[in-house]
Amino acid sequence: MDDPIVVAEGLHKNFGDTRALRGLDLAVPAGTVCGVLGPNGAGKTTAVRILATLADPDAGHARIAGHDVVAEADRVRALIGLAGQYAAVDEKLTGRGNLRLFGRLSHLSRRDAHRRADELLERFGLMEAADRRAGGYSGGMRRRLDLITCLILRPRVLFLDEPTTGLDPRSRGEIWDAIRELVTDGTTVLLTTQYLDEADRLADDIVVIDHGRAIATGTPDELKATIGDRLDVVLEDAALLGGAASVLAGLAGAEPVPDPESGSLSVPLARGGIRLADVVRELDRAGVAAADVGLRRPTLDEVFLRLTGRPAEDDPAPDQSVETAPAKETV
Amino acid sequence: MAVLAPRPPTTWTGRLRWTLVDGLTLVGRELSRLRQEPGELIVSLVFPAIMVLLFGYVFGSAIQIPGGGDYREYLMPGLFAMVSFTSAMSVTMKVATDASRGVMDRFRSMPMARSAVPFGQTGADVLGGLLGLVIMVVTGLVVGWQPHRGLWPTVQAFALLVLFRYAMSWAGCYLGLVVKNEQTADQLLPLSLPVTMLSNAFVPTGGMPAWLRTVTEWNPVSALTASSRELFGNPGVPAGHTSWPLEHPVATVLLWSAALLVVFVPLSVRTYQRKGR
Ligand SMILES: Nc1ncnc2c1ncn2[C@@H]1O[C@H](COP(=O)(O)OP(=O)(O)OP(=O)(O)O)[C@@H](O)[C@H]1O
Ligand SMILES: [Mg+2]
Repeated sequence: MDDPIVVAEGLHKNFGDTRALRGLDLAVPAGTVCGVLGPNGAGKTTAVRILATLADPDAGHARIAGHDVVAEADRVRALIGLAGQYAAVDEKLTGRGNLRLFGRLSHLSRRDAHRRADELLERFGLMEAADRRAGGYSGGMRRRLDLITCLILRPRVLFLDEPTTGLDPRSRGEIWDAIRELVTDGTTVLLTTQYLDEADRLADDIVVIDHGRAIATGTPDELKATIGDRLDVVLEDAALLGGAASVLAGLAGAEPVPDPESGSLSVPLARGGIRLADVVRELDRAGVAAADVGLRRPTLDEVFLRLTGRPAEDDPAPDQSVETAPAKETV
Repeated sequence: MAVLAPRPPTTWTGRLRWTLVDGLTLVGRELSRLRQEPGELIVSLVFPAIMVLLFGYVFGSAIQIPGGGDYREYLMPGLFAMVSFTSAMSVTMKVATDASRGVMDRFRSMPMARSAVPFGQTGADVLGGLLGLVIMVVTGLVVGWQPHRGLWPTVQAFALLVLFRYAMSWAGCYLGLVVKNEQTADQLLPLSLPVTMLSNAFVPTGGMPAWLRTVTEWNPVSALTASSRELFGNPGVPAGHTSWPLEHPVATVLLWSAALLVVFVPLSVRTYQRKGR
């Protein structure tokens, strides 16, 4: 395999006293999807802006396909596409008008710009709305238009900053499908997200960043493996939680987390694990009837919580007007 | 279909060509936007006509022109000047909207000519302004205004109005790049109105207190109005000694335009290109 197509080494960026990035390293192999996960203010947008030549780092280097993002910004711009944190569409133009405009600004001939616009509208299901003003599009359609605007020149690397924030589940699914389709074309995608399931579904590799640094890197499975499996037990009688807890504590060597509402317990397992048969037998001996006993891989949420000491953002309500609000922070 | 990004030009002629082509594309964008919003188009065309009628007949019934003459003859140069001045704010609005909606960042992340965006926005404004100017001229002719000094001075008068408007649109462009925010731009919008009122555009300055007169005489809107009155041969050309700008209105307008361009073209281009907020 050749060199990674996106490389960042020791990126630093300060805004006054705020140290947005403090030595961020990244490497994304060509043709893969890299998910950058991080809590609010972790530095995701700042990193994407630097990689997309919109900001210069205070220290460190970044290269796209071997071209330095500062010294060879023009070469880089011809290789990348960027969909910022807020959909950047001209609301007063139609969907088709937007694509034609950006096609022309990409120096396609009028004919090519028109043809490419129709091709993309067709392929990503926006043909029906092509002649309506983008200002009247739903949040999901606007996002899709924003996304395909980046595709006019078939970028080799696509940066997507929180591509589905504020969308309802169906629109999210549509964006995910679009991203998957791009990857089959060979496009490399770097996407930031606060949704762990999004990273889990789309990303080949995940980089967790916090306070401007990468604090963990790996495939979703590798990250989950770092904190081990969990044992979940559901009791038939919630009143017996106390007894069950001491049995499980003895077996697993860790303190179980009880959930009185559902009458269940969950306990992290040391590596090497535990035999389910032993669990059932020991519970039986203590006179506790279990409705369900199971081993479970941790979710990325748990990994995230463990790594950053904070839970991931709650999903914003789908109808939240994130999409239409004029952005204080663009990208 | 293979779509390849053309290589960015490396020679300065190539760059100039990209700047022109991109600038024209952005001018075309304004036209397409108007097509999408026929309502806006109609309003922007009807508005100048309404102003002519409103000012002409409301103020016209009350205001006496020193030295005599028809108020609507007196008014038209003032209206032309006012529109040239206030148009800057619409550029501010467009630029700020692009900046706050992320469209500006999209431009920046594309292999475009770097100065195309400010040149395109200001160029589009002037072209759009010509249309409004034609409507005003026609309405003016209908209500009895006309140029009296022949073709050449008339051409000069319009050239000055367009030049000043272009220079102002650069100031507006810079303002938009600095505020970067639609709402702020929207709040700034009404501020341009008092500036046009503090001039000789609508009322003779003779009756004003001395300090206010000084302010109005140095206002570029007054010089622009005075130059139009002089070149069109409309009433209201100041008689006797006033201040330097009103005695040499044409030179004053040229100086103001040059100064605005010298200051705001480089500032806007630099601000647009500046990275790393
Ligand atoms: N233009 C700026 N001026 C000042 N501070 C900034 C600027 N941009 C970002 N910051 C600060 O830098 C830090 C990192 O911001 P960044 O936007 O990169 O985070 P993020 O991970 O994208 O967060 P979010 O999930 O909220 O989008 C934050 O503390 C933020 O307040
Ligand atoms: Mg962000």
